[in-house]
Amino acid sequence: MELQGALTLAGLVVVILSVLSVLRCLLGPTVPDRVVGLDTLNTLVVAAMVVFGAALDEIILVDVAIVYALLSFIGTLYIAKFTERGLS
Amino acid sequence: MSFLITGLLAFGFYLILTAGSGTILGGWSAAELIAGAVTALIVAAASSRLLGQRCGAGALNPLRWVLAFIYVIGPLFWGMAKANLDVARRVITGEIRPGIVKVKAGLAEDLGVTMLANSITLTPGTLTVDIDDESHDLYIHWIDVKTDSPSIEDISGGFSGWIRRITE
Amino acid sequence: MSPLEILIYILGAVGLFFNTLGTVALFRFPDVYTRLHGATKCTTFGSIFLTLAVILYGLTSWQSGGESRYGILALHAAVALVALLVTNPTGAHAIARAAHRSGVGPKFAVVDALADEKGRRK
Repeated sequence: MELQGALTLAGLVVVILSVLSVLRCLLGPTVPDRVVGLDTLNTLVVAAMVVFGAALDEIILVDVAIVYALLSFIGTLYIAKFTERGLS
Repeated sequence: MSFLITGLLAFGFYLILTAGSGTILGGWSAAELIAGAVTALIVAAASSRLLGQRCGAGALNPLRWVLAFIYVIGPLFWGMAKANLDVARRVITGEIRPGIVKVKAGLAEDLGVTMLANSITLTPGTLTVDIDDESHDLYIHWIDVKTDSPSIEDISGGFSGWIRRITE
Repeated sequence: MSPLEILIYILGAVGLFFNTLGTVALFRFPDVYTRLHGATKCTTFGSIFLTLAVILYGLTSWQSGGESRYGILALHAAVALVALLVTNPTGAHAIARAAHRSGVGPKFAVVDALADEKGRRK
């Protein structure tokens, strides 16, 4: 179907963008900069999963996206806490 | 009380995720309903102490939920749209004048301050950096500083009024 | 092409535009805080529009084809939307606070009230 093709294309663009945000993780220069890159990556991956879930007719991908969004949020909080005062 | 609220929220969330699995009450199978109820009980027993300090009995008032919903789809969404066009313009042109300013929130409850901080983060050129635990002052990173000591209306428009109506 | 399909295309295009801007902002802005502005706001907004496109796609397919799994798709996409909307600003706030407390100050800032406050307390 035509619409599903367009959605697949949109998902591919989001995947390319998420690769670019990994580049920010690699470049740094400070730890919070890398965390910002990671947070952007998480949001983009969730968006890509939802779009691919519709494009490929796999509803399970959208469920995974929900769980990924919540778990990545907890991951971000923990990394933020760690950069604040170290592992304790 | 917090046990009940947590359990109901968990059960509602479970029902939303499993809608369409059967025919009871229009869309659920008996197995999913029982599994959801058991899961909600476990979740409530495990985490009600964590949420209990944050939400009182007023969290179940349906009027507040309606107000919160209107707030999210109305003023908040409009503010977000303006914020994004503004930031989009700054990304393209590169015009920034960043700084961190201090603002009095004027809200008493933790929940209200949390909602206000989140709303501010999603609205034009502002990002909450820190909250003073005692005085509930907000420290806000502003991408385009206009005055050194702004009021809450300069930062968030009418959001603080809306949040006061929802939470208090 | 029906008007609803055109609306889906428009929503998807707007979402992709804002997501692209958010990623560009990561490379264009000078320090953590300004990057957070671009990254959290633009990508959240862009992802909201992409998810809205998916919700609308699910609803129209449900109406025309009558298969209930498209309705479930729309419902689950809506839950993902709410999850993004609630978690993203909180995550941005946590990163900003951690950055400031770990000593990474804003570059090119005209005023820094938080650093002044900390200096006064010491």
